[in-house]
Amino acid sequence: MASPLAQFEIKTLIPLKVAGYDISFTNSALFMAITVVAIMFFMIAGMRKGALVPSRWQLSVEMCYEFVANMLHDTAGREARKYFPFIFTLFMFILFANLIGMLPYFGFTFTSHIAVTFAMAAFVFIGVTIIGLAKHGFKFFSLFLPHGTPWWLLWLIIPIEIISYLSRPISLSVRLFANMVAGHTMLKVFGGFVVALGVFGFAPFIFIIALTGLELLVACLQAYVFAILTCMYLNDALHLH
Amino acid sequence: MLLSILWLLDQGVALQEDNKSSSKKDRSLEELSAKVRDAQTANAPKNERGINESHAYGMAMRLVAELVSGLLVGLLIGWLLDKALGTKPWMLIIFIFLGLGAGIFNVMRAAKQIETAAARKREEDANKANSEEG
Repeated sequence: MASPLAQFEIKTLIPLKVAGYDISFTNSALFMAITVVAIMFFMIAGMRKGALVPSRWQLSVEMCYEFVANMLHDTAGREARKYFPFIFTLFMFILFANLIGMLPYFGFTFTSHIAVTFAMAAFVFIGVTIIGLAKHGFKFFSLFLPHGTPWWLLWLIIPIEIISYLSRPISLSVRLFANMVAGHTMLKVFGGFVVALGVFGFAPFIFIIALTGLELLVACLQAYVFAILTCMYLNDALHLH
Repeated sequence: MLLSILWLLDQGVALQEDNKSSSKKDRSLEELSAKVRDAQTANAPKNERGINESHAYGMAMRLVAELVSGLLVGLLIGWLLDKALGTKPWMLIIFIFLGLGAGIFNVMRAAKQIETAAARKREEDANKANSEEG
């Protein structure tokens, strides 16, 4: 039987080397491409008519749009509006990646690789820091100084706040990555139980059905959490305390 | 580590109690809306409760990630400083504690955010219930 972790293996599909760097087209890259194409199909084909009375498909596209727009407005306020395309792209990309990864047998979840999630989180972190610095200049560093700190605690609070700020991209990326790895590994392990137990395999089989439902929910929830935390960080950068 | 988690749990309980005592003034209203809420959840489809449970699971994952990431960053900074300054192992020890502190700060902040979001949602739900009744 294959190891439950074999599903996360990266396989090179088209070997490619540029200036000594290995930039081969892998199954991970293939699924990123599939995700982007699926999102584009979902959005463009859904909005093709743009009817006043929307069809079900158009309605679901509009629901995605409104969901993200409301989330951004509620957490980061009016000024954050111009960053909507970025948040929306991030949300849809992670959501579709997680859902496509749930396809049995054929699916590959590239969000289960910390390289992918950390790249996204680092991009968010650096981008938000640049936005904050551009907007507030040197005053941005007052973020590390919470209100009402007694002066004799400053030597302790400032390093703690700086570490807390630096830990953002790590918690953001580890959360998505750990959820995906844990969920998919659990599915594979219980799938192994079904085969190993023979007739009594129906018990883990029923459990897998429930677990699949939970995993679908986690897939949506994690996309939501990633997006809303990005909004919160944006809010911190735009409005200092 | 365990102690700090217990302490955090304690903080969470204290936070909830705090919220309760602040709304003592309109207690009768609160009780009424609680009754309405109970009646609504009794009639609500069962899968709604399931969603709430997995939401709790998501929150737990979130809080754990906050705590661990603070510690990890502290470790990393301490290790790098030790390497650069040759002060093994002192910077590592100092920054592990600072990282743990940062992690606990993170968790408290996240818990507060979750709490305010939940309170806002409760209020909205109560308002909705009121307007539906009226």
